[in-house]
Amino acid sequence: MQPTQSQNMKNSAKGTWITAGLLVLILLIGLPLGHHYGWITNYSLNLFSKYLALAILALGMDLIWGYTGILSLGQAIFFGLGAYVMGMNLMLESSGQGVYGEAIPDFMVWNRLTELPLYWLPFKSFPIAVIGSIAVPALAAAAIGFLTFRRRVGGTYFAILTQAIAFATWLMFNRNEMNLGGTNGLTDFKLILGYALSEPNTQWALYMLTAFLLIACYVGCRWLTGSKIGLIMTAIRDQEPRLRFLGYPIAQYKIFIFSVAGALSGLAGALYVTQVGIITPSQIGVLPSLEIVVWVAFGGRNSLIGAMIGAVGINAARSVLTAQFPEWWPIILGGLFVIVVLLLPNGIVGLPRQLWHGLRHLRGRSSAGRQPGPQARQRPVERPSVNPSTR
Amino acid sequence: MARARTTWSTANVPIYLKRSKGEAVLKLTCIAVVLGGLVGSTLLHTTQARANTLKTYAQGLLQPDTQRAALEGLRDLGEPTVQPLLDALKEGALYSWKGVVYRFTDTGTFVDLDGVPLLDSAGEALLPDDMEPVPLAEDNIALVRRILDGLNLFAADVATRKATVRRLGNLRDAAVIPMLEKALAQETHTDVQAVLRVAMDKLRLASPDPNVRLETIRAFGASRAESALSRIKGLRKTETDPTVLTAIDEAVKSIEDYLRLRNAVGYVFNGVSLASVLLIMSLGLAITFGLMGIINMAHGEMLMLGSYTAYVLQELFATTLPQYLDYYFVVALPLSVVVVGFVGVLMERGILRFLYGRPLESLLVTWGIGMMLQQGARLFFGDQTSVSPPTWFRGGWEIMPGLIFPYGRMFIILLSLLSLAVVYLLLYRSTVGLKIRSVMQNRDMAACMGISSRTVDTLTFAMGTAMAGLAGCALSLIGTVDPEVGKTYIVDSFMVVVLGGVGKLVGTVIAALGVGMSNKILEPLISGTAAAVYAKVAILVLVIFFLQLKPTGLFPAKERTAAGAVR
Repeated sequence: MQPTQSQNMKNSAKGTWITAGLLVLILLIGLPLGHHYGWITNYSLNLFSKYLALAILALGMDLIWGYTGILSLGQAIFFGLGAYVMGMNLMLESSGQGVYGEAIPDFMVWNRLTELPLYWLPFKSFPIAVIGSIAVPALAAAAIGFLTFRRRVGGTYFAILTQAIAFATWLMFNRNEMNLGGTNGLTDFKLILGYALSEPNTQWALYMLTAFLLIACYVGCRWLTGSKIGLIMTAIRDQEPRLRFLGYPIAQYKIFIFSVAGALSGLAGALYVTQVGIITPSQIGVLPSLEIVVWVAFGGRNSLIGAMIGAVGINAARSVLTAQFPEWWPIILGGLFVIVVLLLPNGIVGLPRQLWHGLRHLRGRSSAGRQPGPQARQRPVERPSVNPSTR
Repeated sequence: MARARTTWSTANVPIYLKRSKGEAVLKLTCIAVVLGGLVGSTLLHTTQARANTLKTYAQGLLQPDTQRAALEGLRDLGEPTVQPLLDALKEGALYSWKGVVYRFTDTGTFVDLDGVPLLDSAGEALLPDDMEPVPLAEDNIALVRRILDGLNLFAADVATRKATVRRLGNLRDAAVIPMLEKALAQETHTDVQAVLRVAMDKLRLASPDPNVRLETIRAFGASRAESALSRIKGLRKTETDPTVLTAIDEAVKSIEDYLRLRNAVGYVFNGVSLASVLLIMSLGLAITFGLMGIINMAHGEMLMLGSYTAYVLQELFATTLPQYLDYYFVVALPLSVVVVGFVGVLMERGILRFLYGRPLESLLVTWGIGMMLQQGARLFFGDQTSVSPPTWFRGGWEIMPGLIFPYGRMFIILLSLLSLAVVYLLLYRSTVGLKIRSVMQNRDMAACMGISSRTVDTLTFAMGTAMAGLAGCALSLIGTVDPEVGKTYIVDSFMVVVLGGVGKLVGTVIAALGVGMSNKILEPLISGTAAAVYAKVAILVLVIFFLQLKPTGLFPAKERTAAGAVR
């Protein structure tokens, strides 16, 4: 069961600092020490760093879906935008070192280009690329939100619209005319700010940066959800019409939250691409967008910690399982969707509480019959099936 | 009937009639014999005469100075019997021995012009040492080839005739035209006739006489054949005669106008074809959406299951009832509806009913199911399997020259109209439909009236999936069957639902037509390799901007609740 909002407010400050402290202890002190003493290999650290970047993406998804109740099936677009912006900078940073030794990336030579397209130029500068990798996705999210939320397009409509946008974006990025590498994407990065990406020291620094940014994002999200805006977000999720009658400009709040989620996704993409060394259109389509939803659903959509645990956990499982049974992974993922949504409405994080409630229920009122999930009990009013309006 | 037969039996026929019939037969036989004798002797005579001329000409071939005249004589003879002789001459297998011309055959014997083998007294093949090969003068090679071509024009094999005509058409030699004209006059096969006409036109365009060119170009303009366009345009670059030039411009305009019309008709047909697939798919989606507020993300996989039902049945028929293979489709069509409908019932009863009032969670669960089904199909059936449509769906209807409507697509259009009619009748003219609509309007009130809304949900959901199954089965006629077959249509179907709204069937119909048509009309407008991609993107943009005007679709359900605006 989710704590009520007032409890949340009261506990939030203390809880935030305790969790953040724990995270610092594990991510910024424990793991680097382990790495220092050689218990954790460079490879594992790099891999874990990738999961941490994806955890930032999950935080954004949790804000928009878990807290505000808007299901976006297009978060991977924003992740991809951030990654591509950063990737452009990395490509240009190592320009002249390609197979052809040209000042432009190799794939442009294949496309018979002689100079950089206009939209590549600003990202030659690292600071602009960093800002761009956050601002471009945020602006894209704002634009989508502006076109939909203002016209009160929400719920299922919004989900399938964002899915269609993700599909269209994937189609576009696959084209060579976009000059973003086509299906091969952007890869073959060598330097970041003059440092070699393959150096263990650079990778260590990137890990520390990712871990630090994740903790910072977590604290920021906790602050946001605990603030007055967080209250409004939850209200939008639970009783949007009532909030509208109270005079709140709901669309503006939604656009804001959606943009914040987009910015977080973009940041995650930028961190991801520097560490993984490749970004392709296959990471920005419909399937990756839905995978983000699974992470959050699995970890617990009402908890920021849950979203992070879900992202790290499922991606670790994915790394192991796709190596072992590549053809079974989609089935496992699909099954996870069904099981989590049906049986774990509050995810892994909510599981102990769910079990505890179930036990108490069994002991207390054995005649009560089927135990509805906390999620269902919490929102009995919202029965969208009552009329066609809900869609 | 029995009486009629007795009247005609010989026993009842009067005697005088019998006799006179006998006489008539006798007379007729006499005439026939006389006539037959006449005709026969004439034929015999001419054949002999021709055989003689053949031999004379063959003799002429032996001497280099008479060879050309002899060849010309053979050409004018135009007889099939000339062919073996000339083939032998061309390949150097023609010999003379003691003043008689022999051919050396593949079987290793010499035969004379009548085909009688040269044998010794023991009946063995005789291979004399002093056989003299007949040389073919270099100047005459082209002539021999031409004569052989002329003969091939009358060959019994259709493919040979066609190939010869095509080759002759490319020669750019006006001298061939009379030969082709002769062939055309005798040709009975329509395909060869068409090929002949094309070849002749080609040759006429190359004619040195401007009047011939002019006429041909005018004929082209009138025929409006696409294949002529490039040729006329090619001629335009080299043409000097001003009248011919104007004729060329007119013909080009006429053909291009026709092509534009034809393409327009083609695009509309393609659009309607796509729209009909989208219609079958989105009818089910839209009704389920209107009723339960959920979008079945596994709808594409339901389509896939329908396709695989057709595939499995085809395999089954191929192994057990190969003689009735074509009828597999007749069984597959209803069976795919039943199978996929049943899967729908399982999904609704087994999973979705636990997620009442949580449309987003339902959406995610159906997506998970779809993913499992897709990968399951990939593991079980492999990546690509194809269904070969029954023979009666092969080919198409040529509605105008150069434009063919495939029967498979026409069938799908018909099927979608039929499904539309069935859904309409079911929704608006049946008790079940009344219940569905009442639950759609107000679930609680309908429940109070004694309608089991849960049963209605299950039925409706099953109906939706069943229609996807039907679409899948029909689609197996025109495409391959693979685990991702649903992906092609699913996003468009969602757009149809968003665009159409859930208030009325007509919304879905108009939206399906709109999305299907604009897809197929935008593609040629954008043109280029990526036209399909940009058309899809353009449609998405159009849908999003349309939602700015009408956020609840074309025909929204009427509602008064505040939540309605939220969706």
